This record gives sequence, structure tokens and C-alpha cells, in this order.
Amino acid sequence: MNRVVITGIGAWSCLGKNIEEVKNSLFTGKSGIGFEQIRKDMGYRSALTGIVETPVLKGLLDRRARVSMGQPAEFAYMSTSEALRMANMEPDWIEKQEVGIIFGNDSVAQSTMEAIDTVRAKKDTMLVGSGATFQSMNSTVTMNLSTIYKLKGINFTLAAACASGSHSIGMGYLLIRTGLQQQVICGGAQEVNPYTFGSFDGLSAFSIRENEPTKASRPFDKDRDGLIPSGGAATVILESLESAQKRGAKILAEVIGYGFSSNGDHISNSSVDGQTRSLEMSLRDAKLSPKDIDYINAHATSTPGGDRVEAQAIHQVFNECNTPVSSTKSMTGHECWMAGASEIVYSTIMLQNDFIAPNINFENPDEDSQKINIIAQTKQTPLNIVLSNSFGFGGTNSTLIIKKFN
Amino acid sequence: MTKEEIIKTVNNFLVEEFEVDAAKITPEANLRETLDLDSLDYVDLVVVIESHFGFKVVGEDFVNIHTFEDFYMYCFNKVQEKAVA
Repeated sequence: MNRVVITGIGAWSCLGKNIEEVKNSLFTGKSGIGFEQIRKDMGYRSALTGIVETPVLKGLLDRRARVSMGQPAEFAYMSTSEALRMANMEPDWIEKQEVGIIFGNDSVAQSTMEAIDTVRAKKDTMLVGSGATFQSMNSTVTMNLSTIYKLKGINFTLAAACASGSHSIGMGYLLIRTGLQQQVICGGAQEVNPYTFGSFDGLSAFSIRENEPTKASRPFDKDRDGLIPSGGAATVILESLESAQKRGAKILAEVIGYGFSSNGDHISNSSVDGQTRSLEMSLRDAKLSPKDIDYINAHATSTPGGDRVEAQAIHQVFNECNTPVSSTKSMTGHECWMAGASEIVYSTIMLQNDFIAPNINFENPDEDSQKINIIAQTKQTPLNIVLSNSFGFGGTNSTLIIKKFN
Repeated sequence: MTKEEIIKTVNNFLVEEFEVDAAKITPEANLRETLDLDSLDYVDLVVVIESHFGFKVVGEDFVNIHTFEDFYMYCFNKVQEKAVA
């Protein structure tokens, strides 16, 4: 079995438009949440959102490439170009390998809505333009990036709700471990616009603490009242150790465990049993026991029900270990399809710089979160092994474990 | 719209939206070779013409368009027809 390492990371998120900016936000506990009036005008209960800039790609990509890209692909181009630069993978080199791509993405609502609006208004399908199909498909990220970078390995999009990004890294890890691939571009992308989550807002899933946007996302806190939708893209370059060493690449971390499970139960409720099985599988895969984990990057989104269940699952598995836990969603909001990948990027940053990013806005625990060790202030501490949870609708669970390389 | 206005509008969208090198746009230059259009680009050209001039190009119309001058005249005549109608 090949060892699997991370040789590049990239991010385009409400915490920053590159890894350096994101690192500073994580360290200082800076929130990326704001209020967006258009959501209120459209009838949203909550106008809170992660504030993510739309990248300007004119000048970076030609027209033919740009017109086929939905918003998740635009975000993912930015995070992926940063990650490839960090991995020192030049386009000419990439083209000669069988580099793969697996990206998590589960919607492109804006492109879909705009195309349908045009057809309705013009009553002519041609007038939506040549790019509408390629923009609107969930695979917009992988079809565009594989074309731009001339990728010749595995090439697909993974849709698993809010665990999409995490499973994409898990799949890349398995493909490299078994020797079927040497390098896979993994990641997750999430569109940020008012078309995406109208009905999610309608389910009263979002925080309505609109007078205090930066305090609205408060995972595990007793007074949490819902999540804040957010997004962007995050990229993780996975590579076999052999390939990385042959290239002389700088190794940022090693992926040593992947666990997964399905709840086999309710469509939106979390499950202690499902999450526990995912956690335990990842530990078995990594040949570790709970005490070996230095930090848990929780999935916790700031919903009353979801955080309660995750706190119970973490307590059940880690019980006496008092393992430090934080949810970076306290700063980012819920990056949904992107979250599992971005949280591996955030965890890699913490691993490299030996700090735990704070679970901001954690002021008072509830009955379940008081049983786990939540880190509310930035903590500088040596980190060796980090675990990251991701859970999604339909009961899909994913857990990844990464380790400092040595 | 005068012909000069048509020329200005066409040249502007070709440079701004299709990223054609302005220096290569001359009345005698070959339209297809200069624009290097594939079948997907052609759809976008139809869209941009419709949005600027309010008429929809049909494929057969392009058979007799070779130069930029042919294209300007085609757009000019279509806009005139539309105005009369």
C-alpha cells in the first residue's frame, strides 16, 4: 500500500483568498459572516451569509474556458491554481502525467436558474448561450478543471451533501493507496448566492441573529440558533509518497485514515450511531486509538440538533481523552459541499503551524457540549495528528485523519 | 442605427466579449479565420447579436458572410428590416 501525502493546499473562502490570509483569520478567530440585503428582499428569513468575493477570471483564462464555468468552478479554479503552485506542479508536467481530479459539489443553482429564466423570457433555447449546460451540471468543477489543466487520470464529481468535500479526499486517498493513481486533485466547492438555499432557509435551519452577524455562528454554544450558509472552494493535492519524493516536493502532511458510514435512518437528522461508526472506522484505518488524536476539527454547524449529536458521538468515542475540539464553522459558517475539503485545508494549516483555531462564540456549553473539550480561544500547542468530521443530509458520514509528515 | 454605429457595436463586442485582437479587425479580413469560431462559439455569437441588435441569426445566413464588411452589412440590413417591420 502506498503512503498518501498532501503536497499542496489552496483556498478561496470567506476567511481569505489564499492560504496566508486564511491562516491569519484562523489564528485570530476572525469571522467571515455578514448580512446581505438581497436575501432579505427575496424573502429569506435570514440574510446572513459567508461573504465570498467572486473571482475575476478575465485575464487568467480565455473566453472559451470562462463561459463554461459555474460559480463553484470559478471558486475552484482559484483554490486549485494556488494548490498546484504550492505543490510545484507545472502545467507542462501535469499534462504528461495521469493526474486525477475528484471534487465535491452538489449544486449549481444560480447557473440553472439563470438559464431557465432566459429560456422563459426569450422562448428560445439557443439564447442561453453555449456555456449554460457546462455551468449548470454538478460536475462543472471537474469538467472545467480537467479541461483547463489537461488532466488524464480519474475525473469525476462527488455529490454527498455536506460531506462531499471530505469523501472526495477519502476517495483520492484510496485510489493512491491502492496504486491506481499517483496524484489526485481533491477538493470541494460551494456556490454562494441567494438562489442556492432558499428552501433550506425555509426549513428554519439558518440563524436569525442578524443584528450580530459575526456572533451568529456559534457551534456547541447553548444559545446557537442555526447555521449560516457559506462557501467558496478548497483544494488538496494528494500524492503518493513515492511520487512526492521523486519530485522533491515539500510534504505538508500525510493522510493516514478514512472512515465513513451511512445512518440508514432520517433524511436530515444526525445519528450518534452513524457518526460513531465513521469515527471508529477512521481510527481503525489509521491503526490508532482515540488517545492518539491531538485535535478534532468538528463538523458542528451551529444547529441545535446536529451539534448535540456530534458532541455525544465525540464523547462516546473519545470519552476520557479530553481531546481538544473546535468547529471552524464558527468563523466560516457552513461551507456545505466544500466544508470537508476546506476543513482539511484549515487542519493542515493548524498542523503546520502548531495551533488550534478557536471555536469562536462558544460562551456557554449545553448539556452535551460540556462533556467535550471545546477550545474557545486560539491555542498554540504542538499538533501531530488531527481528525476532521463531515456529515451530510441522507445520513452520509465521513472522517479523515491527517498527520505531520515524518 | 447607422452603419457606423453597427460597425462600432460589432467591433466592440468582438474585442470585449470574444477577445479578438482589434488590430486584426479590418473590413476585408476573413471573419471565420479571424474569430476562429467553433460550434460553441457560434452559439455565443448568435446570443450577442440578439442582445445588441434584437434579431436572431439563423445558420443559413452565415453561408454568404465571408469578410467583416459582409458581416457589418448583414447586421445593418437586418436592423433596417426590423425597423421597417
